[in-house]
Amino acid sequence: MTRITRGFHGRRRPDVDPARVPPGQYVTQDFPVLSAGPTPHGSLDTWSFTIRGQVDQPHTWTFDEFQALPRETVTRDIHCVTKWSKLDTVWTGVSLDTLLDGVETSAEYVTAFSDGGYTTNLPLEDLTGGRAWIAFSYDDEPLHPEHGGPARLLVPHLYFWKSAKWVRGLELQPEDEPGFWEGYGYHNYGDPWREQRYAGD
Amino acid sequence: MLELIEQTARTKSIVFDVPGWGRHRAGQHVDVRLTAEDGYQAQRSYSIASAPEDRHIELTVERIDDGEVSPYLADELLAGDEIELRGPIGGYFAWEEAPGMPVFLVGGGSGIVPLRAMLRHHRATDSAVPVRLLYSARSLDDVIYRDELTAADAGDVRLTLTRRQPAGWTGYGRRVDRELVAEVCWPAPERPLVYVCGPTGFVEAVAGALVSLGHEAARIRTERFGPTGGETP
Ligand SMILES: Cc1cc2nc3c(=O)[nH]c(=O)nc-3n(C[C@H](O)[C@H](O)[C@H](O)COP(=O)(O)OP(=O)(O)OC[C@H]3O[C@@H](n4cnc5c(N)ncnc54)[C@H](O)[C@@H]3O)c2cc1C
Repeated sequence: MTRITRGFHGRRRPDVDPARVPPGQYVTQDFPVLSAGPTPHGSLDTWSFTIRGQVDQPHTWTFDEFQALPRETVTRDIHCVTKWSKLDTVWTGVSLDTLLDGVETSAEYVTAFSDGGYTTNLPLEDLTGGRAWIAFSYDDEPLHPEHGGPARLLVPHLYFWKSAKWVRGLELQPEDEPGFWEGYGYHNYGDPWREQRYAGD
Repeated sequence: MLELIEQTARTKSIVFDVPGWGRHRAGQHVDVRLTAEDGYQAQRSYSIASAPEDRHIELTVERIDDGEVSPYLADELLAGDEIELRGPIGGYFAWEEAPGMPVFLVGGGSGIVPLRAMLRHHRATDSAVPVRLLYSARSLDDVIYRDELTAADAGDVRLTLTRRQPAGWTGYGRRVDRELVAEVCWPAPERPLVYVCGPTGFVEAVAGALVSLGHEAARIRTERFGPTGGETP
């Protein structure tokens, strides 16, 4: 049941197409930062990206190898569970379709893992079909560490905590295992259009 | 809503009676949802300023002049009004009484709010865990919960005023940088559990300083509110 809040009128933005804003979200020009701990500042010399777990054999790329893969530049809207959305953000990275090409697996779930110990879980299916990238550039600049650089997962169709910052790899899993925020009561799947913010939504 | 308490020129505490509220953990937040007559809704998160032991739920809101929600909460809401709160939410930026390492709280501006809940919880449980707060504000007039934090029984509270210090000020008068963190925090080998909350730039600087002083990243918990750049509180 929804109650009217006495005296509240709100500030709708005339310049924003409401069809692009999921329920309960507001559009910001800013790019807020949310992280549970300090920002890691790792060296690119030791950076690598790994796909492991339930796979025929683990696949690892160094930063240089990774940069040599075919890249895509995409423009997407992003939605953070703390209510802000940012429209038309421009990212460059490697599609997960490219990275998963040639990986043999029967896994249905993925745990993305990051420097600093952060993890998040997703169905493998959500990372395929041109819907997910490992992004290393934002707005034509190298991705800033505060925003997850050198590279972050980008899964714009889910709330942005699923787009793990400082990502270092994917663990392919036979079972779905809650990641960091999912273990603290956030929704397991996190579809902004169904407003799946917290467990039970 | 029961009561509005003016904390600073820009900040008010709002006390709610919430029927059926379960117990929260100090440091958690709620989602506030406001609904206009035509059904339009706006939601924002606010930390719970009260301890789990307190009778009522208190939020403390800093008015952002061009903001959508905070001016409503700070200036429009009247005693007797009802609004929708959802929570408690979050669980990582939360502290519960447990015997163990010292706890170091670092707050900038309105980032004091969840830390104040932790301090009150610490006091309400007669905790023997050493706790210390370092709180950065622009001036004494900008210190939220000033009476409570400067009271004789406030515990180990250190204030730093970054812009203006009153005559005879004996607290710190500079930004929270590496040197100040080194001076006030327990050394890394004592493995304090650290909670840092404030605008993004403040949290980045303090958390970075802690890491450079050898504190384990896993023992530093952060909550960032406010815009990307954010002025130094
Ligand atoms: C987990 C969490 C806990 C929070 N707890 C508190 C709390 O206890 N007390 C509290 O006052 N706020 C808290 N916040 C911030 C709060 O959710 C809102 O973002 C804030 O009140 C601004 O909302 P608004 O609708 O008034 O402004 P908006 O309409 O969202 O923003 C208007 C403009 O102000 C800028 N802006 C937003 N926030 C700030 C800021 N803090 N300082 C300066 N400029 C800003 C925006 O970038 C934008 O340009 C918390 C946020 C999070 C994520």
